[in-house]
Parts: sequence; C-alpha cells; structure tokens
Amino acid sequence: MEKLSKAFKGKLPITELTEDEAALHALNRLGYGPRPGDLDNVRRMGLDKWIERQLHPDSIDDAALDQRLTAYPTLAMTSQELLEKYPPENQAAKKQGLTKEEYKDQMDEKRRAAVAQVKQVSDADRAQIELAKIQGPRRIVTELSMGKLDRAVYSDRQLEAVMEDFWFNHFNVFENKGADRWMLTAYVRESIRPHTMGKFQDLLLATAKSPAMLFFLDNWLSADPLASKQYQQEMAARRRRYQGIFMAGGYPPGTFPGNPMPGVGAAGAKAKKQERGINENYGREVMELHTLGVDGGYTQQDVIAMAKCLTGWTVKEPRKDPRFFFDDRIHTNGKKVVLGRTFNYGGMKDGEEALKMLANETATAHFISTEIARHFVSDNPPAALVDRMAQTFASSHGEIHEVLKTMIYSPEFWSRETYRAKVKTPFELAASTARALNSQVSVPVQLAQWVGRMGEPLFQCQPPTGYSDKAETWVNTGSLLNRLNFAMTLAGGKMIGTSVDMESLLGKDATGDPQMVLARALDVFLDSQVAPATHEVLEQRLNDPQIVQARLDDPVKHVDEGMIAGLVLGAPEFQRR
Amino acid sequence: MNITRRVFLKNGGIAMLGLSSLPLFLQRAVAASTAAAPGSKKMVVLFQRGAMDGLNVVVPFGERNYYAMRPSIAIPQPRRGTADAAIDLDGFFGLHPSLQPLAPLFHSGQLAIVQAAGSPDPTRSHFDAQDFMESGTPGLKSTDDGWLNRALQAAPEEKASPFRAVAFGPYLPRTLQGSAPALAMSDIKQFRMLGPQQTVEGGFEAMYAQTVDRALHGAGQETFEAVDQLKKINPDTYQPANGAVYPKNAFGKSLQEIAELFKADVGLEVAFLDSGGWDHHVNEGGVQGQLSNLLRDLGQGIAAFHQDMGDAMDDIVFVSMSEFGRTVRENGDHGTDHGHANCMFVMGGKVKGGKVYTRWPGLSPEHLYEGRDLAVTTDYRAVLSEILTRHVGNTSVSKIFPGYANDSAHYLNLIRV
Repeated sequence: MEKLSKAFKGKLPITELTEDEAALHALNRLGYGPRPGDLDNVRRMGLDKWIERQLHPDSIDDAALDQRLTAYPTLAMTSQELLEKYPPENQAAKKQGLTKEEYKDQMDEKRRAAVAQVKQVSDADRAQIELAKIQGPRRIVTELSMGKLDRAVYSDRQLEAVMEDFWFNHFNVFENKGADRWMLTAYVRESIRPHTMGKFQDLLLATAKSPAMLFFLDNWLSADPLASKQYQQEMAARRRRYQGIFMAGGYPPGTFPGNPMPGVGAAGAKAKKQERGINENYGREVMELHTLGVDGGYTQQDVIAMAKCLTGWTVKEPRKDPRFFFDDRIHTNGKKVVLGRTFNYGGMKDGEEALKMLANETATAHFISTEIARHFVSDNPPAALVDRMAQTFASSHGEIHEVLKTMIYSPEFWSRETYRAKVKTPFELAASTARALNSQVSVPVQLAQWVGRMGEPLFQCQPPTGYSDKAETWVNTGSLLNRLNFAMTLAGGKMIGTSVDMESLLGKDATGDPQMVLARALDVFLDSQVAPATHEVLEQRLNDPQIVQARLDDPVKHVDEGMIAGLVLGAPEFQRR
Repeated sequence: MNITRRVFLKNGGIAMLGLSSLPLFLQRAVAASTAAAPGSKKMVVLFQRGAMDGLNVVVPFGERNYYAMRPSIAIPQPRRGTADAAIDLDGFFGLHPSLQPLAPLFHSGQLAIVQAAGSPDPTRSHFDAQDFMESGTPGLKSTDDGWLNRALQAAPEEKASPFRAVAFGPYLPRTLQGSAPALAMSDIKQFRMLGPQQTVEGGFEAMYAQTVDRALHGAGQETFEAVDQLKKINPDTYQPANGAVYPKNAFGKSLQEIAELFKADVGLEVAFLDSGGWDHHVNEGGVQGQLSNLLRDLGQGIAAFHQDMGDAMDDIVFVSMSEFGRTVRENGDHGTDHGHANCMFVMGGKVKGGKVYTRWPGLSPEHLYEGRDLAVTTDYRAVLSEILTRHVGNTSVSKIFPGYANDSAHYLNLIRV
C-alpha cells in the first residue's frame, strides 16, 4: 500500500485507500461526483486543502453558477410575486371574470404564444419549447427543480449543494399541498440555503418561522381554543359598538383567512367555523423528524405542550402575500411543560425558547449526527463515529460545519468498508452522470423529469419524513431499469436540453476504435476502478454490430460511443458513490 | 401471439423443444407453472398511507357520541331520498356516501368490513406505525423484512416467476422487502429497455449477473427476467372486462395493471399498491371535501377491479389497511389528529361479506383509547392471519407474524372454509 503524501492528505486519517480512491471518494461523497479533470484538480490542490475549501464555501467563487441561474427568474421572486405571476387557476379566473373553461383557453393561448416565440433551430430550442409549454403555477416547481439540478451539476461549492439537498429533505415540504407551491422557492432560498453549514438552531428556527413549513404541517391554523373564543367575543362586542365599520388590521383570528382547502360546505360547518383549537401536527413532527428523533423520549403530553408553545405562529395571507406572523391573540399563555421544562414566558418567546431547547437536546445531537453520517458514510453508520459527531454537536452548540469536520477527519469516513458503500439516489445519479459526461445542460427540464421517473420527483415527497437515505429504497427490481434507461438516454445524446460531446470527452484519437473508446470511458467515468467481471462483459460487447457498424463498402468503422458510454454509466460500479 | 404458460404446457411445448433450449426465464416460468397448484390463491394488498379517518369511512351512525364529537365533519345518518348521508349497512354502521360503488359488493356478500382494527402499538408516528404494520411486528424495530415477504418465504417456489410478487410504485414497500424476490414497477408500458435489445439489454444483463454487489445482482437478475417476460403481453391494447371503468389516476392505473397481470397469467400471486394523502389535519370535509374525494376514487377503483376480474375474483382476496385511525373528536381546524383504530376492507370470492365484523368498543369517553381515540379491538394480524391460513393456505403464519399467537380463536371467521 502506497503511503499518501502529507501535501495530499494533510491531517486526513487515510490509511486504507489509495490517493486516487481517496480523491474519488471525496468527490463522490462531498459532492455530486467528478467531472473530467476534477481528479487532477484535487491531486494538484491536495485533498486536505480541497476539503477545507468545501467546508468554507464562501471562499469559493461561484459566479458562473449564479449567472446560469439567472435563466430562471422565479428563483429570485418572493412568494407574493409568484402568486401574482402564476396565480391559482380558480383565483385568476374569478379575478378576470372568466369561467374555468375560458381561463383554460386563455392559458392554452398563452402557451401557444410562448412556444411560437421559440425559434426551433437547435436541440436547446427544443428544450425551450418543452419549457414554454409549462406556463401556470407548475412553472415554479419546474424552475426550482432545474435550479437544483444546475446547482448540483455546476456549482463549485459542491458540499454546500449536497447539504442543501440534505437539509431540504430533512425539513421536507411537499410542493403539492395547497399554497405551498408558491412558498417553496422562498423556503429553499431564505430558510434552508443560508444555514446549511451554520448553526442547527438557526436552521430549525428559520424553518419554524417559514410560511412553507407552517402551512405544510398546519401550525398556521393551530390556536388556543379559549384565547380565540375570548378574542372573538371582544371582536363581536366591538363590532356592536362600531356598528357597520369593518375592522381593519388583519383577519379576525376566529376565521380562516384564505381558506386553503375546498370542501367544507355543509351549513353545520359554517355555523361552527368560529371554534378553533390546537393542531398537533407540527408539534409532533418537529420533535420526531426535525430534532429528537422518534425514540427521543418525548410523550403525547410533550407533543400537546409543544403545540401549545407554538400557537399563534401563523401565516398572514397565505394566498396573497404569505409572511410569518405571530398572533398573540390566539396564543396559549400560562404554563406549558415540554420535556420536563416549564415554558411560561408568554408570547412568541414560548415557542422560540422551546425550539431552542429542542435544538440543543442530547437526543437531537445524536439524531442529527446519525442522519448526517447516514448520508455521508453508510446506511448504518458506525456508532462510535456518531457518538463523536454528537459530542462535537453538543460542545459547539450545533455548529453544523464542525460536525461535518469531525466526520470527515475520522478514520471511519476513509475506511475500505465505507468506500462505494452508498447507493446513489436518483437525484445523485442524474447529477453525477451529467457531471461525468461533462454534459452541456442548457435547459434541464427533461433531466428533472427523469429524476422523477427514477423514483424521486423533486419537491414532491408527500410525507414529512422526506425521501429515504437507504439503499434498500433505491435498489430494487424495477427501479434499476429506469436507471439503465437513463444512462443510455443521456449518454446517447437523446436527452432534450442536454448535450454531450463524446469526441472531446473521450479523445478524438479514440474515434472509430471501440477498444480505446471503452478504455477511455472507464477511465473518465470510474477512474478505471471496475471489477474484472464488469470489464470482461463490456469487452465482449465491443464486437456487437450495433456498437461497431462496419459496412463492406466502407472501410471506416462507425463506433457508437454513446452506447459504450451508456453501458459503462449503467454498470453496477456507477450506481454507488 | 400471446402464449400463456399454461397453453404452452398444454401444447406440449416443453416436450417438443426440450427444456434446455428455452431461454432461462421461460424455463423458470414453465417450471413454476408445473409446481404451482392450479388456481393458486392470490392476494391484493392496499396500504393507505397517512392514516385514513376510518370513522368517516365506515360511519358508526348509531352512536350519539360520534355526532357530539364531530360537529362539523360528521356524516349524517342514512335518510331515504338523500345521497348526502351515510349508506346504511346494518342499521348501526354506514358507508361514506362517496363509497357508493362498494354498497352492492357489500350487500351481495363479496365485501366484508372490519371496524376498530389496527396495530396494538400505541405510536402516533406515521413513520413508526407504517413500519410496524408493514414489518408485521408492532413495537419491534429490528425486524428487517416485511410480513408479505415472509409469507412468500414460507412457501418458497424454487423457480418462481419474476412476477410472483409485484408492488406498484417506484419503490419496494417495507411490506414486501426481504429475501424472497419481489418486483417494483410504476408503469407496465415503461417497463422495457430502451435501445437495441441484444446489445444493451444483453450487456446490462451480463454485467449485473456477474457483479459481486449482492443487492444489485439480485435486482438485476429479476429485472431482466421480468422485462423479457413482459414482452409477451401487450399493455397498449388492454380493455377492462365487463364494462369496468377505473378512476383516471395513479391508484386506478395500478389496479388496472394488477388485473392485467393477473389475466396475462405471468405468475402473479401477490400484488401490493398504496395510496397517499389521507392525513387530514385540516378541513377534512364531511359528505364532501378532501376525504370524500379520495374515497370516491377508492370506491370506484375497488369496484372496477372486482368487475374487471369477474369470476377470477374467486381466487383473489383484496385487503386494505392504514397505519392508524384518527381522533374521534375533530380538532380546531375541522380536521382530525392522529388516533388509533381504523377499518379494513376485505373482498373476494371466499369472503363472507355483507357484514361489519367488529368488537365495537364504543365512543363514550370512558371507552376511548387514552381518552381520545377509537380503541383497537381486532389486531390487524388476526385478519391477515386468517386470510393467509384459510385463503392462501399458508401453514407458517407463526413465522410470518413472530410474537403473535396465530390462534383461530382470534379469527373473525370472515373467510369461508
């Protein structure tokens, strides 16, 4: 076993991997896999230095990505702007005095006009046409997904991109729940992204105060039954006094502003509309999924008390200008006991202090460390490593980049057992394949659709748990087929909005020589690290007439490089990271 | 031409060709059809994720407390001449009006209902409750396979069809995870390899056959066999029988594809599908609304499947479950929070339908579980054990539900013996 140079590994405790393996491991785990040339870059820079930079993303210039993302104007818009520009169908039709059908016709017309504006010359234009067809509110999640793919494929702040995906999944919000589709863009931009490597407590509070989360887990409607009843009575009394004058200044807390769901139409329901109460949904999930973990030692009573601490954390005008708003009038004042600690500050501080407590619990340190280690190390991460990460979490008061550092500078992270132990999720597979092929991604609209077809439609995970981070979810009979088809489609240049230049990727001198094409493809995509059996099978395929099309009257062999590349990218070795 | 396994056998195809000249997948299929008893028993399992509100699905309209605790979302008592009320089943329970298509199935004895059923574990976490229900070991997290997979393991078929167990969706659910092969697929039509078959499919098939990566090796082998076998049926031309109309959504599509695979005779024994969106904390609705919309698809889908399968339903049992029920009291947002017991639907030829099977615990405050939820009086494993024993003929139920006493005294006797 070669000894790794100090300049390369610095303080990294690497003893079981070669230099190439270690560099590849870092690129695969702390990013979305190598692009051609990335391995050389890491070797030149030194792995330790490369990691240090990834842990401090602000030190890396990412202007090229920022420039690329300007193609998606919705990414910079507020929820209010999105609601104005891409209004819900019913609301927009009503506003314009149109029937649903008339509005649909109008949207079809808009779509046709947008498509007509694109002059189809190149493949990129075909993708623009696909995109132009998406005009209504669906445009928002489409741009959000394309931005996410662009970030994974093109950002030089690779670790930050991985962490953004990790935290969004941890604090998952489902795009298709009511008004959430207009709130997700701001959620990712303002609640998740600024905190990916910062303090866990800040991240938790940012999500807790986000309209997207408050709406998704129903906390925006949770109200103290007595307080809201009392308030309604006061309102009624005031109304009687100032008869005829409609109260300004927000909605009365006893009503449902911008009622998000259709359907409660019975007369009985209307009469009862004034009664409100506690909704436990967020109070439970914030403990089970976001902080303590399901075995974190809380009870049903803790859930209720937590929900009471968070009463009044609501959203103003979710269908118009969604903003966080603390409504003291429906808050449960008085003593609330969560995990044995009493909260009796009154007002918003009850919820803030309770969340801060949760963020710093021992169970939270352990649960978050486990989740991070599961993502970066292995499906069942070593207990000793998790313990050390949890200690760092506790001693640093939840500094995420410190926890990452403990993990990355551990021997477990660089063990032989850890190497290629994780199966790529569909999103990771899509991003890493595009990177490996050095694809020019102009409009990743179809790329995003393929991620969905492989089983991970972006921003569409309905349960608050988020997508699984374990191999057994992603490796099953059937799902594999979509992965292989994906590799063939992308490498074969058949993905609209994405192009691949095989000649410059594999070298002009390889053209026409199937042996050399295969050797180069293995080198570029997998640093030639494949099992002999894989290699053998691939060799055998080279004589296939579908791959080498030699004609009697034409001495030049035509080698289908896309097919060879697709086979290599579909190999078992590329399914893992 | 669509040669089914049995036709192939009848025509003496094996004798003519000799087994060894057949492709591997066909050898297996032929062997499987020899091994499997004719008319072997099949199961369709539906998991309703998110915790369906069973009290608004099979409505205890004979309970005053039901109406007292659900002022804005209760389903009115059955009344002649109105469709906006519960559909009377037995004078005490009624179906949600959106489940109208199920009423004839119930009254003709094809559909049985179990009320107040569920897992004995007290958790109100969706994730844990689903995990426990699917592993078949409530309270025990270390179980690494699902109950339905263990049912397959208990009756091993050495050369099973790749379609023996199929889950409809992008992933294999916990219920079907384990050492017995099972297939997950989202769409029959897309279940094929893109590109030239010989080269691409052959290449991948060989690569995955050779790999030492155990997880990928198994997945690959079964995938390619299934792809090969599926080429024999033509999903584009499928027409549901007997005028059945499936709902036009993922749930309806999955049910139709299950029917399609059953009829194509590819060796399907166990089909799993799930549906989501049942977690109604806010504005659940009553006669109309969110739950009602989901139930409309549920009722239409199950009825269409029954109609489409026709007489073949004699060999099939359909069973549904959801991780837990919901609070008896509606919450402050016209929704319901996480509760305990729920209802299950059981349908098929051998089912003694037309009855709501229940040890009804009642809804008065002192009878509620932890003061708020419908109590579980029938362990869901009793229902599944009975189906596995009396319908499927599985003799290893104690291994399928370890830690649970498979005692016929617990059975509800909803399967004809």
